[in-house]
Amino acid sequence: MKPALTVRGRVERGTFALELDASVAPGEVLGVLGPNGSGKTTLLRVVAGLEALTTGSIRLGDVVLDDVESDTWVPPEDRPVGIVFQDYRLFPHLSVRDNVAFAPRSRGAGRAAAREAAEHWVVRLGLAELAGRRPGQLSGGQAQRVALARALAANPGVLLLDEPLSALDARTRLDVRTALRGHLSEFEGPVLVVTHDPLEAMVMADRLLVVEDGRVVQEGTPSVVARHPATDYVARLVGLNLYAGSLDPTTGTVTLEDGGSLVTTVAADRTPQDGDTRVFVALQPSAVAVHTTRPDHVSARNIWAGTVVGLELLGDRVRLEIRGDPTAIVDVTPAAVADLGLVSGAPVWLSAKATETVAYSRAAVGA
Amino acid sequence: MSRPRPTGPARRQVRNRSAVPWPLAVPALIGALFLLVPLAAMLIRAPWSGLLGILQNSDVLEALRLSLICATAATALSLVVGVPLAWVLARARFRGLGVLRALVMLPLVLPPVVGGVALLLAYGRLGVVGQYLDRWFGFTLPFTTQGVIVAEAFVAMPFLIVTVEGAFRGLDRGFEEAAATLGASRLTAFRRVTLPLIGPSLVAGAVLCWARALGEFGATITFAGNSPGRTQTMPLAVYLAMESDPDAAIALSLVLLLVSVLVLASLRDRWLRPGSTL
Repeated sequence: MKPALTVRGRVERGTFALELDASVAPGEVLGVLGPNGSGKTTLLRVVAGLEALTTGSIRLGDVVLDDVESDTWVPPEDRPVGIVFQDYRLFPHLSVRDNVAFAPRSRGAGRAAAREAAEHWVVRLGLAELAGRRPGQLSGGQAQRVALARALAANPGVLLLDEPLSALDARTRLDVRTALRGHLSEFEGPVLVVTHDPLEAMVMADRLLVVEDGRVVQEGTPSVVARHPATDYVARLVGLNLYAGSLDPTTGTVTLEDGGSLVTTVAADRTPQDGDTRVFVALQPSAVAVHTTRPDHVSARNIWAGTVVGLELLGDRVRLEIRGDPTAIVDVTPAAVADLGLVSGAPVWLSAKATETVAYSRAAVGA
Repeated sequence: MSRPRPTGPARRQVRNRSAVPWPLAVPALIGALFLLVPLAAMLIRAPWSGLLGILQNSDVLEALRLSLICATAATALSLVVGVPLAWVLARARFRGLGVLRALVMLPLVLPPVVGGVALLLAYGRLGVVGQYLDRWFGFTLPFTTQGVIVAEAFVAMPFLIVTVEGAFRGLDRGFEEAAATLGASRLTAFRRVTLPLIGPSLVAGAVLCWARALGEFGATITFAGNSPGRTQTMPLAVYLAMESDPDAAIALSLVLLLVSVLVLASLRDRWLRPGSTL
């Protein structure tokens, strides 16, 4: 059984700093989700030994890889850490087979023995037919598989992935994401995936750390983070309206901190405890209806007025930003935009059902 | 009021936009002729009928053989010490690195004869280093074939260094990082990743270095003299033959011209593409 990875400390580079105290169990995939420039890549580089921690330590089981206090530092070539770089970094002068055989070769195997060791991973990742090709002749999805095979062929104790899908086009991403999830779940050691793409994080990770402004703002399983975000940033990432407020437990009405109130349904497993009334309210953009006049004949219990301040086309829908009490993002069809004559500055009415307006305890999500 | 549609002459003007105006065309033509006429003259005056006979002359063959050996040896020497030096110049960070780079590149612009004088003062029998070579090992460089190799390497090595250093600088460090995470030591990464990736530049630099060494005259004649069979390379033979046997000089020059054309052809992808640089 492979040992767990523990990262405890801080990395600082120029304008940013990232503080982390995390442990990844063998076989677990930990996703680190955060905006670009938040130091996620540096975190991986530090674990791989390409950069050093500013303070703290990194351990793999009992083995210290980096410890600022005791001045211990294991160079990258001696760390049992495999990394799949965002841009893959396949060696352009080597065939797929020799790329995968690179690690065994570096560790002293002869050419034939190294290729034999590589063959296992070449076959396992479905690269047999591409084995003779150069990286320049591969598609993005194929290159990613080669990068993964190359990292795995070193038999690492830890696997790191940096934005594994960001270099792929949207269609390939879908296929690769599923396949990659499968490969990661077969890996016996701890896996650390950093990404700014919430969907990527949700699909790949068993557990998520959301980092913002240099620190972890939420930790939990992907489904908890998606349904009950703890910060506005996470809510935006997962495409939810998020409001902080205080709950009246008898009526389910939440008075919002930034103005307005909403009639909600309280999440059964995250009801505020012990007289605490602080809650978040999450509302999906697609659960809000837009009207040009006050809707009197709808069953929705939340009805409020607002002004369109922004329109953005997102795939097959239009995301409206509506200023009001509360302010909301709302997804509608392009046809609705045309039918209702929605332009920036237009006054509108919004409605949302109480059953789709979910309140949950702030304490329960660690905020 | 509508604008008149372009008629025949106006259109012709548009089509001729890429035509060169004569204040540029005339000097350009003169410039081209200036470079080409001497080469043409050599071809016109070449003793084509007796060429084979001249080139079979043993002195000529001897000079050719010596030139090839010395230029190749100088290139090998440059590769052995120049590539690591280029790597240091590209990657190392220490005080005085900029000065070192400038000094290393100095032979690029130094008059070769000055280089020869400098070599004599360093490695001559009474030179700063040479006196010890002589006293301790009984070994002197000047006026020997080894001296030719040293003189040629001194002048030609910077061509290799400047080419290879640029390649090292341009190389994505990410590949070396990737190699490190795959268990490669720095030396292994250099050997298995860095060197192969700069391969084309390495070849170009070596060819350039070799061509420069082959044509070396000033430093060679100053440091190594002009003794047939020992230190008389092709350029020296050409120079001497101009006094006594112009036909032989032209024949030898034609050989060097042919070599130059071949070198240029081998570097065509780097040099002959529009907009390409060294």
